[in-house]
This record gives sequence, structure tokens and C-alpha cells, in this order.
Amino acid sequence: MDKKVYSVLVADDDPDYLYQVSYYLRKAGYEVIAVESQKEAEQVMTKTRPDIAIFDLMMESDDSGFILCYKLKRRYPEVPVILATAVSRETGLTFGLSSEQEREWIKADLYLEKGVRPEQLNQEIKKLLKI
Amino acid sequence: MAQLKVLVVDDEPGIRSGVARILKTFHVTYPFMDEDYTYEVLEAASGEEGIEIMERENPDIMLLDNKLPGMQGVEVLEYVRHKNHNIVVAMITSYASVDIAVKATNDGATDFIPKPFTPQELKSSIEQITKQQYLKRITHKLDEEGKKIRYQFLSVLSHELKAPLNAIEGYMQMMKERQLGNLVDDYAPSIDRSLQRIQGMRNLIMDLLDFTKVSFEKHVEKVQEVNLEEAASAAIVTVSPYAIQKDVQFETKILNCKKIWADPNDIEIIFNNLISNAVKYNKKGGKVTVTIDCNDNELFLTFEDTGIGMSQEEQDIIFEEFSRIKNEKTRNISGSGLGLSIVKKVVALYHGLITVESTIDKGSIFTVIIPLPQVQNINNGL
Repeated sequence: MDKKVYSVLVADDDPDYLYQVSYYLRKAGYEVIAVESQKEAEQVMTKTRPDIAIFDLMMESDDSGFILCYKLKRRYPEVPVILATAVSRETGLTFGLSSEQEREWIKADLYLEKGVRPEQLNQEIKKLLKI
Repeated sequence: MAQLKVLVVDDEPGIRSGVARILKTFHVTYPFMDEDYTYEVLEAASGEEGIEIMERENPDIMLLDNKLPGMQGVEVLEYVRHKNHNIVVAMITSYASVDIAVKATNDGATDFIPKPFTPQELKSSIEQITKQQYLKRITHKLDEEGKKIRYQFLSVLSHELKAPLNAIEGYMQMMKERQLGNLVDDYAPSIDRSLQRIQGMRNLIMDLLDFTKVSFEKHVEKVQEVNLEEAASAAIVTVSPYAIQKDVQFETKILNCKKIWADPNDIEIIFNNLISNAVKYNKKGGKVTVTIDCNDNELFLTFEDTGIGMSQEEQDIIFEEFSRIKNEKTRNISGSGLGLSIVKKVVALYHGLITVESTIDKGSIFTVIIPLPQVQNINNGL
């Protein structure tokens, strides 16, 4: 039986984080398209339909991740999106996807704080891909 | 023109129409206000009616008689306080009762207008209240903006501090799990990257220290004569290892003005940041020209590089905190995004200004202009 290789689009302007995430995802058997900016991610999206996407929140602008979520969902409504960021509770900046209101404007399926363990990330991806 | 709504709650029709007549042609100006205030008068013959109109119309000012047919003035006042309406209440009282005055003041009345009152008395009360309202609104607005700026600063700062920690932690984890092999050499790139991120974080912390120093310290006591040529050379020496690596040459032109009165730390911040930027964003084999000049009134410092330059949009944001130009050419240049905002703050302490002219692929010229003599200026300013 052929095992399908799933593709993951990862956009993050931190080259080290991008390298590390890509490394673990490739090791876990995914095909990784790694880009360093919102602009590049948008270019990739016009040509390719990834099976799942992971976007950093702050890239060129403070809301790059939100914009990418929105654009990806408009183009490929069925592709799941994970929003990842290092900004977190300490600053009082909290949002999640728990309330209806938040789900309405954050077009992501999952919100993750950076620094999750690779296995956990893989688990979440599998859940979203239903595999 | 801005209009304030004044609600008169009084059972005497003569008082209500009198107020309406007096305020119809009245307007208040105030030196700091953007616009004049005029008044629209609403009338209520009882406390109950007053509350009803207040709920519907949201007036800014209430002139409240205490002796009313049903509900009393102080009761209306209590209602206002409970509902937390953003309204200023002035009591109209026909007899001076200390008890009522004390109770009314406790309940939030801000002024008393004796009854009967002359048009002039009414006008001066309304004028006072308007100014109070205006200042309250302005303070509120400034507080909100201040909070917002601090909040943005903190969230970006937390992002900038945590990103390198996450990166280094990730590399350490990979080493611990021997993801890339058993030899130290397998991890050479990871180690290099970790060291670079640590250096970046150190720079950010140093910049943050400068930033808080500039924001909170008094600079007046530290003012002394500073030799500008020496300050420039010191900054050049600091950046020279990097300049040698990039093969960047320096030229310093002292046209005039060798010394100024200033806090030496401030001058160091200006020179260090602008000279290191001129090297960082330069091309290999480029040049940095520092010019020190002045006339009778102003000191001019210019920092010219032959580097990558910036677009107009980029020039518009570079003095903001944590703004960094992110593109292909700046990808490998590390910076905290605080340097220029610090320089701008320092220059502002001396009532000066900083400007930039830039052409993509040609280079940038930063110009700092500081009025002379600085000692008087700085004393007035702080």
C-alpha cells in the first residue's frame, strides 16, 4: 500500500525556528515547504496547495500570520492551518480559538505557542489531517 | 464647533427658559481647545423626567435644582452616581444648606449655582465645568494612548527576547537527542547559530539598558564639555572589527565645532548607533563619512554610507521602536530594532532632530541637528 506523503507549508521569519521545525517534520515523514516571509508564503500558495500550513504570527508585519490564515482559507477552505507564535500570556496578549467570536476573526484551526515539543506538534498535525 | 448638551432639571419654567436663553448665544473658548464649545439646552420639570431625558440624550452637563416636586435633587444625584454616567452635575440651590451641600458633593456634584442667578454667574459656572470636562477627556485619551504604547512595547519586547531563547533551546534539544550525529562537528552550524543568537540577545539587552537610561535618567547633572572628534573616533574603534571584516573605510571631517556641552553618554549613544549602522548596512568595500560642523546656532552631525539604502516607506518607520527593515539584503544583519529610536530620543532631549535621506543601492545619510548652546536648552528642557 502506498503511503501518502503530506506536504506542510511552514512560514516563519526566524531562520533557526524554521530550520528546526522543518528538520523534525521531514524526519517525521512530511514534505516541507519552508519560507521565511509572508510574501514568499503567498507566492507558494498561488502555485501549490499544501495539505496543512503552519504560520508564524509576526513576520513583515505584526499580523502577517492572520493575513496568511485568511488568504489560505479563502483559496483552500479545507486546508487546516496552525498559527504559531512566541508572543504569549506574560504580555496580556491572549487569544485562542476557544470562543465563537475568536474563531470568527482568526481563521486558524489551531493556535500554538512556540516551543511545543516536536512529537506534540506532529500529534496536532495528525489530528488536523485526520490520519 | 463642538456642542455640549445641558440638561436643566427645575420645576420653575422661568429658570429653565432663562437658562436656555442665556446659553443659546454663549460659547466657551480655551487656549488648548481645538474648537469652541456651544450649548444645546434640554429641559425637565421633575427629577423623574430628568432621568428619563438623561438616559435618552446622554447630556454632558446637568443643572439640577434640589427642591423638586417628587424625587429630590440629591436622589437624582445618587442615581447618576450609581449609573456611572459621564456627566457633570451642578446643583442649583435657593438656600445655602450645608447639609445638602456636603451630601451633594459626596455624591458627585461638582458645582453650586445660587438661585436666583445672574446670566454672568451661570456663564462662569458653565465655563468652569466645560474646561473641567475638556481636561478630563484629554487626560483620559492620553492615558489610553500611553497604555497602548506601553502594551505594544512589552508584547514586541517579549517576542524579541523569547525568539532567541526558543532557537537556542531548540538547538540544545537537538544536541541532547543527538539528532544530527554523535560528533561535535555534526553540530557546528547549530553552535554557530546559537552563538549568534546569544550575541543578538546581548545587543538587545544593552540597547534596552540605553533605552531605559534615556527615558528615565536626569541628564542635567552629567553635562560636561565633550570632544566630538574623540567621541567619533571612540565609536569608530568600537565598530572596527566588523568594519575590517566588511572592508569598510572611514573618513571623519571636522569642519567646525570640536566640543559641545552635553552628557558624554548621550553623545556616545548617538555616535555608536549611527556609525555602527553605517557599517552594518554598508556594502563590502564601502565607505562611511562622518562630518561634524556647526554655525552660530546649531550643531550638524552627518553620517553618510555607501550601503544598501532604503525605500521611502522604510525611511518613514525606521525611528519607531523595534522597527526593522526585513528584506533579502538585511536578512543576515542582526539588530535589536531599538538603536535609531534611542538616538531619536537622545537627540530630542537636546531639542534637536534627526533626519534621513536615502537611495536604494546608493546609501543613506543621517543628519543630526542640535541647537546651541545646549546647556541652557537642556536645563530648560528637563
